[in-house]
Order: sequence, then C-alpha cells, then structure tokens
Amino acid sequence: MPQTAAILLKDLRFGWRKNLPEVLHIPELEVPRGERIFIGGASGSGKSTLLALLAGVNLPTRGEVTVLGETINRLSGARRDHFRSDHIGFVFQLFNLIPYLSVLENVTLPCRFSQLRRQKATESGGDLHSEAMRLLTHLDMAHESLIHRPVTELSVGQQQRVATARALIGAPEIIIADEPTSALDSDMRQAFLRLLFQECDETGSTLLFVSHDRQLASLFERHIALDELNQADQEGR
Amino acid sequence: MAILSLAFKSLFNRRYTAGLILISIALSVSLLLAVERLRVESRNSFAHTISGTDLVVGARSGSINLLLYSIFRIGDATNNISWKSYQKFAEHDLVKWTIPISLGDSHKGYRVMGTNQDYFRYYKYGHKKSLTLNQGQPFKQVYQAVLGQEVARKLGYQVGEKIVIAHGAGKTSFTRHDDKPFEVVGILEPTGTPVDRTVHVPLEGIEAIHKDWIAGRQVAGLQISAEEALEKNLTPKVITAFLVGLKSKIATFRIQREINDYRKEPLLAILPGVALQQLWDMMGVAENALLVVTVLVVFVGLIGMLTVMLAGLNERRREMAILRSVGARPGHILLLVTGESLLLSLLGIALGLLLLYTGLLLGQPAIESRYGLHLPIGIPALREWIILGLIGTSSLIIGLIPGYRAYRYSLSDGMSMRI
Repeated sequence: MPQTAAILLKDLRFGWRKNLPEVLHIPELEVPRGERIFIGGASGSGKSTLLALLAGVNLPTRGEVTVLGETINRLSGARRDHFRSDHIGFVFQLFNLIPYLSVLENVTLPCRFSQLRRQKATESGGDLHSEAMRLLTHLDMAHESLIHRPVTELSVGQQQRVATARALIGAPEIIIADEPTSALDSDMRQAFLRLLFQECDETGSTLLFVSHDRQLASLFERHIALDELNQADQEGR
Repeated sequence: MAILSLAFKSLFNRRYTAGLILISIALSVSLLLAVERLRVESRNSFAHTISGTDLVVGARSGSINLLLYSIFRIGDATNNISWKSYQKFAEHDLVKWTIPISLGDSHKGYRVMGTNQDYFRYYKYGHKKSLTLNQGQPFKQVYQAVLGQEVARKLGYQVGEKIVIAHGAGKTSFTRHDDKPFEVVGILEPTGTPVDRTVHVPLEGIEAIHKDWIAGRQVAGLQISAEEALEKNLTPKVITAFLVGLKSKIATFRIQREINDYRKEPLLAILPGVALQQLWDMMGVAENALLVVTVLVVFVGLIGMLTVMLAGLNERRREMAILRSVGARPGHILLLVTGESLLLSLLGIALGLLLLYTGLLLGQPAIESRYGLHLPIGIPALREWIILGLIGTSSLIIGLIPGYRAYRYSLSDGMSMRI
C-alpha cells in the first residue's frame, strides 16, 4: 500500500463568514511524509488561517484537507480534536508553556490527552518520564538545575526547547512550528533549528515551519511562499 | 482525573487569591452550619424543657411570661397567687398531682425555688424522664436544699455544704438571709434544662427566711432566729405558680377554663406545650432571618469565587489555546475551569467543617454553661448534609458560568494566540 501524503490540500477555500470575501484559496498542495517544508509569507498572508485549517480547528468553506490520508474536514469536531492530539505536535512563537506545570509535566502534557502518543512515548522510553528526559537530553535541557525550575523562570530559548520536546513526545507524524524562532537571536535560531531537524529526522516526522523570516528558508528541503500559493483576492485578506 | 489534577495545579499556582476565596467560603459554610446547629439544638432543648405537665398556673399575665418565669426561670412574676387558691385546685377531683413553685430568692446568681416533695415525684422533662438524684436525697426538713447539677458543679458544692440564700434574683444581692443557712442534702443528675441551674428548697424554708421580713425588707427589732422560726406556722400565704397533672387529659380544657374563670383571684392556666410552641414561633422569625442572612453570606462567598474566576479568564486565554494545541478538547477546558470552582468550594466546605468542629470543641463548654445549650459534636445531621449538598450544587452551577465562557473562548480562539 503506497504511503499517503502527510498533507494534501485540494481546492481549499476559506472565508471567515459567508458574505465576506475569501481569505485563503489554495488550489493544490501536497507535502510528502518526512519532508521539512518552510512556509513563508508576510503577516496577513493567511499563515495562521492555513495552520488552523491543517489542525482542524477551522473548517474550509470549500475543498478538502487530507492529513495522513484522513480527510479531516469530514470528521466530527470531537474526532478532529482526537486526530489532532494523536498526530500533530505544535510549537508556537512565545509563551508556549503552561505556567503552573513543571518542565516534565509540560513535556508529557500531550500524553494526558492522547492515548496513542502516551503509548508510543512509553514504548520508546520505557515510561513517560524517561521518554521526556530522553527528549530533553537531546535538546540539551536535561540539567537538574533546569528541569526543577518553574517554567516561567526559563529563558525564551529554553522555553522553546521544552515546547519542542512536548511537540515531539509520542512521535506525532506532523510537527507544526508557527514562528518558533522569532523571539530568539540569530545564533540561537540556528542552533534551535538544528535540534528541531535532528529530532524530526529521528522520529520521521514531517515538519511544517511557518515564518516570515526568509533567511531561514534556505535551510529547508522545500519552501513555499504563501503569498504566491494563495489565490484569494488581496482585498479579502 | 487528568483534568482535575490540572485544575488543582492551576489553583495552587494562584494560591493567594484562591486561598482568600477558600477562606471566605469556609467561613461562610461554618457560619451557616453553626447557625443551623444552634437552631436545631435550641429548639430541641426548648421542646424538652418540661413534659408530663398538663397545666401551668400563675397570676394572670401573658402565657409566655408565665412560661418564662415558672419553667425557664427567666424574668419575674408580675404577681403571686394565694395559698388558698392553690389549695382549692390542688384538691380538685380531676387533679392527680400539683407542684407548688415559689420564686424570688437566689443563691450566687442561681434562682432558688421553693417547692415540696411532689416535685421530685412528679416533675418530668425530656421524654417523660423523672428527676433523679446523683448524690444524697430529697429535702425533708425546712433548712435543707437540693441543687441542680450545674449549681453544684459551678460552685463546687458537695452534700453537707451550708449555703446562704440572698433576697432577690440578682447575682450580687446585698440583702442576704445569712441568719438561716441551708444544708445541701442532694444533688440532681444533669437534665439539660433550667432545673440544672436551680436551688430547690422546701416551701417552708422560703416561708421561714421571710418570717421577719415585711414588704421585701428585714424589719428592725423583729429578728426571729432559725430555731424560733421553726416554731411558727410555716404554711406559706402565697406562692408564685404551680404545675398541674390531671387524672385524665380529656379534662385539660375544662380545668383550664375553671382556673381562668376563677372568681376569687385572677389566675391564668396555660398548656405548656402550646405556650412553648408560641414562644418558639416568636423566635422562629428571628431564627429564619438569621438563617436567610447566613445563606446570603454563603452566596456572597460563591459570588466572590465567580468574580475571581471570571476576572482571571481573559488572562488565561493563552493557556487555553496551549491546552487546545496539545489535544485538549473544548469539553476538557469546560471541565478544567468548572473543576477549579468545584474544587475550591469542596475544599471550602471541608475547611468550613473543620472550622465548625474546632469552634464546637472550643465553644461547647462555654455555650453549655452560659446558655444551657448542649451542642453535640456528632457527624452532620441529614439536614446539614442537605445544606452541604446544596452549597456544592450551587458552586457547581456557579462554576459552570466561567467554565462555559472558557469553553466559548476555546471554540472561537482555537489555537490562535490572540493575547
């Protein structure tokens, strides 16, 4: 059986309301599994909207969003939520962590909601705690002094690495990173990306990296300019 | 379970605000329970003050006034009744027994009651319980006294003690019958009624100590020694009130009418049960007002919780979005925020119970000695469980308000980091 694409968009259209103009129209996009793809575009080009559609938080007004062979816009809300928690890991721009949980609790958080990721993480590391520690070690975050500190006292770079470990735990097939480096300085940015790539390679995850920073694009196997991909009228965005 | 542990950690993260809310809920819960317990116990103690007595008879005044001074030893009689009238009804064909009561003197703040041996034979309280002696025996001679349990305990009296009776009901009386001391011959078992706070002496004793008194004053030059007084006729001329037991309950209203219509003296006969009920109804208004106020206090506590939860919600939209991104469904968010409120109020209830029992343990002896009210430190009664259940349910309903808002936010925000 041929492997389905990680992501397949067909004639995707989205508008916030019926009588408002469309903000997003992507005739076709296919992302094979294991690919690292850079999605660039100025702010307002529809990046967040696209991510919300891929995550199944918003539904397209027309067209199909197929993730790992599952057409998620046909699933019920609860099923979409389940699908997302099982198969997609997220890293956001800033303040990614739950302030009242410890570093380890933050990393293992997806396993509270996804049975599948809990199972995969346990298989990989023996138990959740060791798996979280393994990921944190890879991300150079496993020092005793760091993991027992309240997450609000970590530096931005450290927080982003904890968030990355959380996105990676339980080896979800797709990692979506939404401007995760914009708060980091350029040295940190490079180092962070290297770690991210390394981890995605190890788990075989597909990486969708969204950023307005075109300098980073060259580091990826493939880059897409959303401004060009998006066929919706400029006024509508 | 996973969500509730998140709720707990989230609350702990805001422990100062949450702690204040917790304290306000705990205080209001303990206040409500304490009021409820006081209410139930005062009603119980009230209804069980006297039993087995068909009529209480005194000088004509209000029925509640009569009940208060004759049974509860609160306030004073407006007037006395004559021995002759008492004799007439005591010898009535339908009357089985009577207990004469003569009040007006005191010992160290405790009321002294003159009566006769029938008191020990016929007086009943609680569920038709007779008085029993813990030590000694009933009085047989003029200068002998039987103490209520509290009198003996508080003043540290044993059988054989000599006590002096003071004129009037005040705690510090300047006129004392110190020429005629009484010997304690018996101490009663505790009853939980005003009997505990009473010094019982024979009617003749009351008469003897007042032999050389006229119009409330000792008459100069007319001193009669204790021994001389015994020589005199000690049959009282007046008493304060008397209790009546009838041969048949059916005759109650007939005798009551007969007494109330008595031509020679204005008398009043009341049914103690009815008067107790009237008294209770009078207090019921205040009692219900108190209950309403305490219910409102609990409500205010819960509204405080709602305010804090709603105010914090906007700052937490990012937290909700993160939770959504790691797989929390909108229902989880609802459960998280509602769970926080529920957890807070359940902890508040638990802490409130703790406060209540601590308060009861510390305050019980003082309340019992000062107000004669025994507050049991048992597990909560059914009604109290219902109250706790209602508080829990209300807090759940109130907690659903921020829960629902967070749910709406998480639906509309999705995973976008708006703030």
